[in-house]
Amino acid sequence: MSVQIAQHELQAAQRLSSPGRRRLLVILIGASALAALCWSSLFIGSGDISAHHVSETLTRWIAGDLPPESRSTTELLILERRVPRTLLAVLVGAALGAAGVLMQAMTRNPLADPGLLGVNAGAYTAVVLGSTTLGTTIGGAHVWLAMTGALVVGVAVYIIGTTGPMGASPAKLVLTGVAIAALLTGISFAITLTMPHVFDRVRFWSAGSLQGRGFDELGAVLPFILAGTALGLLLPRALNALSLGDDAAVALGARPGLTRITGLAAVTLLCGAATAAAGPLSFIGLMVPHALRILVGPDHRWLIPLSLLAAPILVLTADVLARVVVSAELPAGVVTAFLGAPVLIWLTRRKAVKNL
Amino acid sequence: MTATAELFGPGSRPVRIGPFSAAVEHRAVVVTAVLLLAAAAVAWWNMISGSAMLGASEVIDSLLGRADDGAARVVLEWRAPRVVFTLLGGAALALAGAVFQSQTRNPLGSPDIIGFSTGAYTGALLVAAAGFTGLWATPVGAVLGGLTTGAAVYLLAWKRGVSGLRIIIVGIGVSIFLGSFNTYLLTVLSLEAAMSVATWGAGSVNDIAWVHVLPLLVIIAAALPVMLIHARDMRLMEMGDDAAAGLGIRLERVRMVQFVCGILLVSVVTAAAGPIAFIALVAPQLALRLTGASSVQLIPAAAMGAVLLTASDAIARTEMIPVSLPVGVVTLVLGGAYLVWLLVTMGRSRKGVS
Repeated sequence: MSVQIAQHELQAAQRLSSPGRRRLLVILIGASALAALCWSSLFIGSGDISAHHVSETLTRWIAGDLPPESRSTTELLILERRVPRTLLAVLVGAALGAAGVLMQAMTRNPLADPGLLGVNAGAYTAVVLGSTTLGTTIGGAHVWLAMTGALVVGVAVYIIGTTGPMGASPAKLVLTGVAIAALLTGISFAITLTMPHVFDRVRFWSAGSLQGRGFDELGAVLPFILAGTALGLLLPRALNALSLGDDAAVALGARPGLTRITGLAAVTLLCGAATAAAGPLSFIGLMVPHALRILVGPDHRWLIPLSLLAAPILVLTADVLARVVVSAELPAGVVTAFLGAPVLIWLTRRKAVKNL
Repeated sequence: MTATAELFGPGSRPVRIGPFSAAVEHRAVVVTAVLLLAAAAVAWWNMISGSAMLGASEVIDSLLGRADDGAARVVLEWRAPRVVFTLLGGAALALAGAVFQSQTRNPLGSPDIIGFSTGAYTGALLVAAAGFTGLWATPVGAVLGGLTTGAAVYLLAWKRGVSGLRIIIVGIGVSIFLGSFNTYLLTVLSLEAAMSVATWGAGSVNDIAWVHVLPLLVIIAAALPVMLIHARDMRLMEMGDDAAAGLGIRLERVRMVQFVCGILLVSVVTAAAGPIAFIALVAPQLALRLTGASSVQLIPAAAMGAVLLTASDAIARTEMIPVSLPVGVVTLVLGGAYLVWLLVTMGRSRKGVS
């Protein structure tokens, strides 16, 4: 008898330790994949630059042996295009991934995603409108505009999509997001087509692309993404409580209202800044949380930090693929939509689509 | 009150032509007539306005064959096909929308929401990428693309029956997937082909000629009678599959016929003008509200579609806007706003979800 009990205890202990080992494995594999992708993102590109040249330039740059005035064109290309582009991909990915986890947890909706719910379209339209009426240019002030747009549209979609006798079904929220995104896309389409100067300002940015971004863009959005991530990292325990439903969360001592407001602030900062930097990229926030939930379970204390690791992998993959698949560069947003839409269909087909 | 009038209820009377009979509602007839008049008025406005400064008298002269070559060319070769296309194309999209909304029993089950327009566009692009040219290459490619997409959406959404909301979300997914694939195809095509195809991608009737009108006319002439014959069965099927089957309707046959007709109509419009958003969604619903009928009706919906597309085209090419907007942008804004309104009011009145 006692031997059997001991065996049970041993198995239970093994079961307990297995998620831990799994998480460690996920972190290790994720980190090495991210490192490999960052590395290849520096080497792969349209310009014909040899791997040797890239590594030499990078070592000299890191050693401080490459003053700005004595750089050749190739070295400029590597240091002022590929390096910031790679860093930006990591940053934007982290922002969208974390925003996806937060949105899905707050709305308790497995189909929540900054792109699907129209938040990115809101940020985009706000920038186009600002560029038309205020004459703001891309870089600097447009981050604030993007943030305002993201906030307004996020709140509007949430209110329209969750009220009414049909209740807050995941499908209705998505439909509202798609409808508002269509409306906003139409409006910004009309503006950009009729006003060539606005089109000229936003066109490099509008398709969800990381092409041609420099350290300026990186610096402009970095503080917002850091602030949003910090806010998001405060929330895991409250979100875990919230996932049991508002009543249970209150009983457990959480404050759903406060959690939602903090979460909304974080999502606004993250989505607004990410869209300001890379244009509207969809589906990152949809795919990453689901993949992670399968890998490490539904605990937000793990989901939020790991999304900061996993989402950059996806964005970098999309960006690198976008560079190599066709001769002319494809916007990364196209690649993420191509990869993400099947995930949406798969999620819709699953029986447990309403439960998180 | 005669027996037949009681049978059909107030405000309607039976019409018999040979073996066919139907209940004709007075209000529907009046609404349809008004809509057709409105469509004709907007169409005439589109005929006599434009950058070439040809007014009503020149247009009439051209139509009667009395004008000089230049004016006749502008009116007969440029404006007329565009006007005829917007009238017929709007009607075709609305018919397709009516059929799909009836079959999914949901106003959101329109072909533009669930990806058929995008799929037809993909088909047209694939044909262009494969290097086929000719009058029928693009329409055939678009129709094949639309049918394939339709089948794919149904199979993907099928899970012991097709539920209304699942097919819509799956359709949105397929539509986004194909949309990004289309963008990829555009980069593969040569620059010239891509440039012309890119305005087309927003849904534009700027380059419509008679060669585009012909396939549309053929398909409408073939599909409309078939759809009308099945319209009564379709309306009975809205009561639920079991009830309809109990009344002796062959469900799968009616469904298949109506779907194929709808997809053909959408595809042939898309082949010529690109994906024009939301007409298929909005027109049957607006017609439904005007006629006060209990379910979507084909003919009033078609008239409404013609009005909407010609009016959108009129807005798209007004003098106030310096460049000629793709008409799809106008329908996207109007339709998006309508869809948001629909979602806001959807829960409040049961009738909205007919």
